[in-house]
Amino acid sequence: MMRSFWPALVAAPLLLSGCAIPRLPEPWVKPYERERLADPIMKFSRDALPDKHREHVLVVREGSRGATGVQGGGCGCN
Amino acid sequence: MAATSRFWKKCAGLFGSVFGGLLASGGAKAVDLPENKAEALYHLYNGGGVTAQGPALLVRKSLADKVSLSASTYVDAVSNASIDVVTTASPFKERRTAFDLGLDYVYRDASITLGLSNSKEPDYTARGFSIDVSQEVYGGMTTVTLGYTRSIDKVLKADSPEFEDEAKHWQYRLGITQVLTPRLLGSANLEVISDDGFLGSPYRVARVFGAAVPERNPRTRTSRALKLRVIGDLGNRNAARAEYRYFWDTWEIKAHTLELGYSRYAGENWLADGFVRFYSQGKALFYSDNALQETTYISRNRQLSAFKSFSLGGKLSYVYKKVPGQYEVKLNGAYERMHFDFSDFTDLRSGGAYKFDANVLQLYVSATF
Repeated sequence: MMRSFWPALVAAPLLLSGCAIPRLPEPWVKPYERERLADPIMKFSRDALPDKHREHVLVVREGSRGATGVQGGGCGCN
Repeated sequence: MAATSRFWKKCAGLFGSVFGGLLASGGAKAVDLPENKAEALYHLYNGGGVTAQGPALLVRKSLADKVSLSASTYVDAVSNASIDVVTTASPFKERRTAFDLGLDYVYRDASITLGLSNSKEPDYTARGFSIDVSQEVYGGMTTVTLGYTRSIDKVLKADSPEFEDEAKHWQYRLGITQVLTPRLLGSANLEVISDDGFLGSPYRVARVFGAAVPERNPRTRTSRALKLRVIGDLGNRNAARAEYRYFWDTWEIKAHTLELGYSRYAGENWLADGFVRFYSQGKALFYSDNALQETTYISRNRQLSAFKSFSLGGKLSYVYKKVPGQYEVKLNGAYERMHFDFSDFTDLRSGGAYKFDANVLQLYVSATF
């Protein structure tokens, strides 16, 4: 499992830097077209504390964890 | 255990010196600092014989328009009469208190967040340090984030002063948020977590040939989780989101999570959210409801067993007072009903497969200023 995972992680920065993609298209959504995206309704997380509470409720009851988008992480629980 | 305290002092020293240096420095900004904010929350979880409730507070404030500092405290008062406890021990009460400190610094299209966390229970202490770096690229359409958390837990056992152990954790995060269209955002998050040390509970017992024995967990674990999300504006002040996470680890647990949500404004002051969540996981390699052979590792922790859960929830936010350009105060309430269905964990009281329902309530005030 680890062997298949690490090459993907190493390749990700190369892809992002544009090395592996010679011509990226011009950014197609201009800053003045992002008004709707700035609305609070379009945020993945609006309030930190309730998100942290829900994350804690789930992580102490499920075997899975991580990649929640809640910054910092760390469960602090048993 | 001296290592735990040395680690904590080192983190606090680093945090202080970075804070001083950033205040003294300047820098042009294209990304904004997080807005000043305060949140006061009352939270309640009730289900499966467990009630956990308490207050939480968070304050975030920028200083000299250069850094944003945040501090939060979180209290969990737990009354535990879960199925494990009532079938193998006695119900108990305990209290967990957590403190977090954060510092955000923005430079041009990048932001850096440093965090310190400290959580205490009578028999469990967890301390951690985190750093998250975020960079906008590609004309501001793409945001790349990298994060790292290092934490050390100290594990004790009530009434057994001879028991003392620790667990170390390393978390590595990579995230990409992409503006897809003027109405659609997508994100991908990957997180790898490695653990080393005591990774179980000193109280929990497993069953071998029907007899109770102390659980024996491996002392290392590495897990990965990949989450994909999209959120789209549907017009007329409506939005919908979809999230999927795949999880897999070296204990052979595999899990799928799917969450769908819908949000809409009602009038000038109300915002309503509704969501459903489906969760399914397979069991750990060494999990057994009742083992019929002796193995090196054995656990009857239902968190590591095969189960499914389903949640349905909603949230309402009301703008209580707003002075444009100065402050805004919102009153919020959220409720979620959860159902857990275990396929390989016997309720020793009834002999059937265990299942339970839970309620999660959040009442909070949030203010930006």
